[in-house]
Amino acid sequence: MTRLIPVRETILGAAILVLLLLVSSRFAGFVAPSNLANVFNDTAPLIILALGQMVVILTRCIDLSVAANLALTGMAVAMINVAMPGLPIPVIIAIAVLLGAIMGAINGVLVWKLAIPPIVVTLGTMTIFRGIIFLISDGKWVNSHEMSPAFTDFPRMVLLGLPVLSWAAIITIILFGIMMARTQFGRSIFAVGGNPHAAVYTGIDVGKTQFWAFVVSGALAGLTGYLWVSRFAVAYVDIAGGFELEVVAACVIGGISIAGGVGSVGGAVLGAIFLGVVKNALPVVNISPFWQLAISGSAILIAVAFNARAGRTKGRIILKTAEATQ
Amino acid sequence: MSVLKKLAASAAMAAAMIATPAFAQDDVRIALVVKALGIGFFEAAAEGAKEAAAELGNVEIIYTGPTDTTAEGQIEVINALIAQQVDAIAISANDTDALVPALQRAMQRGITVISWDSGVAPEGRQLHLNPSSNPLIGNMIIKLAADHLPDGGEVALLSATTTSTNQNIWIDEMMAVMGDYPGIDVVATVYGDDLADKSYREATGLMQSYPDLDAIIAPTSVGIVAAAQAVVDAGKVGEVNVTGLGLPSEMAGAIESGASQSFAIWNPIDLGYSATMLAYELSQNGVEATAGAEVPMGRMGSLTLDENSEGAMADPFVYDASNIDQFKSIF
Repeated sequence: MTRLIPVRETILGAAILVLLLLVSSRFAGFVAPSNLANVFNDTAPLIILALGQMVVILTRCIDLSVAANLALTGMAVAMINVAMPGLPIPVIIAIAVLLGAIMGAINGVLVWKLAIPPIVVTLGTMTIFRGIIFLISDGKWVNSHEMSPAFTDFPRMVLLGLPVLSWAAIITIILFGIMMARTQFGRSIFAVGGNPHAAVYTGIDVGKTQFWAFVVSGALAGLTGYLWVSRFAVAYVDIAGGFELEVVAACVIGGISIAGGVGSVGGAVLGAIFLGVVKNALPVVNISPFWQLAISGSAILIAVAFNARAGRTKGRIILKTAEATQ
Repeated sequence: MSVLKKLAASAAMAAAMIATPAFAQDDVRIALVVKALGIGFFEAAAEGAKEAAAELGNVEIIYTGPTDTTAEGQIEVINALIAQQVDAIAISANDTDALVPALQRAMQRGITVISWDSGVAPEGRQLHLNPSSNPLIGNMIIKLAADHLPDGGEVALLSATTTSTNQNIWIDEMMAVMGDYPGIDVVATVYGDDLADKSYREATGLMQSYPDLDAIIAPTSVGIVAAAQAVVDAGKVGEVNVTGLGLPSEMAGAIESGASQSFAIWNPIDLGYSATMLAYELSQNGVEATAGAEVPMGRMGSLTLDENSEGAMADPFVYDASNIDQFKSIF
């Protein structure tokens, strides 16, 4: 088990390298370090959200409301910024994380206390959150000239050669690496997803762990909400429309089992980077836009099919040989 | 001029008397009915209507509409206007078909009915005023880019989705007039799907694939804003000009940063002005709204009607650093 995960990550890492080589054969500038830094920066929101989603999926749940949560938090902080331009950015970020966490907690409570299937809960809250954006904004946009310069400049600020947006992803990766491997919460997430019944006997509250997983995912969605709105310098109802599916896809490509219990921080990050490279490469390699969607989709299917095969062989190897001998 | 005015006024008086013999009033009352009150775009249209009223002299503008954008609300407003026996109704409709019975009732009472901006089915109005037409928009988007490229150059299109009907028609119309702009090459057409992040990425990709790119034309409001931001972040302000169709409130930042020299969209003031002029002509000067008719509309020239009694007002209006501050708070 412990040996399998690094293998999967190595294969995914190799796939990303092959992809980069293929792209560079058609557009050499793509693999320039500065461009790779740009690609990573562009993928940073996806990485942060994929890590949050990973925690939720590991506990046998799914959070489809992340993109709507992101959009609502983004709109809320943008409107707060317009109303109070002097509010310091750390306060804005704290508000964003808190708002996101509250929305995650709503999902969590519904799953935990009312025992509604997570896919139904988050499908509902996804629509509700989008609706609330419409209510608070009246369907209007918050535009770049209305936002304060500090608000829009923060994610672009360069520290040690990388923008703050990239650093936000890197710090999240490090924190999650520690959390999943070294804390009680991290281990209980694996326990709950791997075998809920056994988890109960070891004294872990399954519902409560799932609740906290949703809170974590929500808080990260809130953080990304601020980063997203300030990076693209615009907030409107439909921002990040359909992004929740990309986040789930990143997790699945990264080898996080949709059945829960199996996955790693490295996998989620590499899954997100894989998608990020595909998304950034397609516009520069001169592929007809009519093919782009099909190519993105195929990449996801191939990765998932591969993961599914890899996941299957480990448990049923005896059965396979039995079938073969018949 | 004064003779003309007198003539117009007397004609107006006569027409008003014929139309509403029992309640003949001094002023011609034209109702400007909008989708909903409190929307900057329509407030600006009302300004234009008042400008037309001042020019005509004997016109009173009734600016009205429901509080939310519903057809039911507009029907109530129309019924109230029929009861007030206004001379003309110029409406931007919330529904193409639902308003037809109410507006037909108004026409039976001798009230002139025209639609503008958002149309009503032909049986529910005498004519419809479109802000612009597809050929005019197609020509304008390439002209905006070409005006800043006297020596020619490379331009790329950033559209909405591959299946967006409006954008595809405008791009086709643009391609049809490319011969008028020698030296301008359209090097690529990419699609941002009207998503800020995808449009941003596509614009960044364009600048990488075509290092000599001079302009990005985005005939979509999400795309043009995202492309302007991508140009700013790539440090290419001054090298790549972002233009196309956008709203002044959304594009003010891009004009300020210099990422966009100019862009276009309809001018609501002109639209309200023209709608009022047309309503006046039909109601007071006995102009018939038939196919091929040319209806004068003051300083905006005249409106040529097609077989559906529809016409296009003018080229989209160009917004740049000189007028953005005036319009960014309007819509």
